[in-house]
Amino acid sequence: MITEDKLKKVFSEALGIAYELVNDDLKYAELAEWDSVAHMALIAAIEEAFDIMMDAEDVIEMSNFSRAKQIVAKYL
Amino acid sequence: MTDRIAFVTGASRGIGLACARGLADDGYQLVLHSRTRASLDELLAKLPAACAAGSLLLNYDMTEQEAIGRAFQVIFKRFRRLDVLVNNAGVMEPAKLGMITHAALSRTLEVNLAAAILHLQGAAKLMARSGGGSIINISSIVGRYGFEGQVPYAASKAGLIGATLAAAKELAKQKIRVNAVAPGYIDTEINHQHSDEVHRLNLARVRMGRMGYPDEVAYLVRFLASGQAAYITGQIIGVDGGMSL
Repeated sequence: MITEDKLKKVFSEALGIAYELVNDDLKYAELAEWDSVAHMALIAAIEEAFDIMMDAEDVIEMSNFSRAKQIVAKYL
Repeated sequence: MTDRIAFVTGASRGIGLACARGLADDGYQLVLHSRTRASLDELLAKLPAACAAGSLLLNYDMTEQEAIGRAFQVIFKRFRRLDVLVNNAGVMEPAKLGMITHAALSRTLEVNLAAAILHLQGAAKLMARSGGGSIINISSIVGRYGFEGQVPYAASKAGLIGATLAAAKELAKQKIRVNAVAPGYIDTEINHQHSDEVHRLNLARVRMGRMGYPDEVAYLVRFLASGQAAYITGQIIGVDGGMSL
């Protein structure tokens, strides 16, 4: 799926982790690279890549990659 | 007209209307909020035709959190940017301490403080994407010094000063300036609800001996919005004819 692939690349680049590490099991704060500071950078990267602006509630809700896919899809 | 976008909440009357007119004169494209569509239509008639035609009109109740989120989505989709937010919408329900209802307290804090912070949050996000901006919170002399019969209003406006200071610190690195204006006794509808006695007492506190005009507040807002105020952030500035002295 193009969107999922694109989102994986954004996660990989924003968090500085291997593309292969980005999967549905990837969770906020379970990986050292995905801390609160990185989360804001990740949000900015996703918004830029998909030309969307997420609500604060969704920013907080985006606690794993699987949820991120659902949230981004909502804005497209 | 420039491509700069200014968002004024509570724009249909008083200080909000004066700010909308002034920012229109300064060449901004406007996003104008009011609670009802009817009051926005009246507002449009008071703006220069070119500005009115390009303005985005938003009507929602400040207590509706989801509506505030939708408003910023609409601004993003239409303009992709925001340069100025004038956080002006507010309510005041004067009552002695023993006569304050929980409903009035909640409404005042919700509209004057919580909604203002949610607008600040949405604006900061848009401004960060376009390289900075200016947020002007309309507080009040009542928030700085307190007035009898206005405990909820004073608390809400004092809270807005705290929010201004905290946000100014948090957003400076993103070139987003956050300031508050603290009007004194201004000739607006919100101040026409006082009794004659309260009116006389208020006026007696104003060293210049008269109510202020909404335009006199708007002049400061326009300055804070402009590049001339590029190095000013985290300030609470009174426009009160010496009422705070």
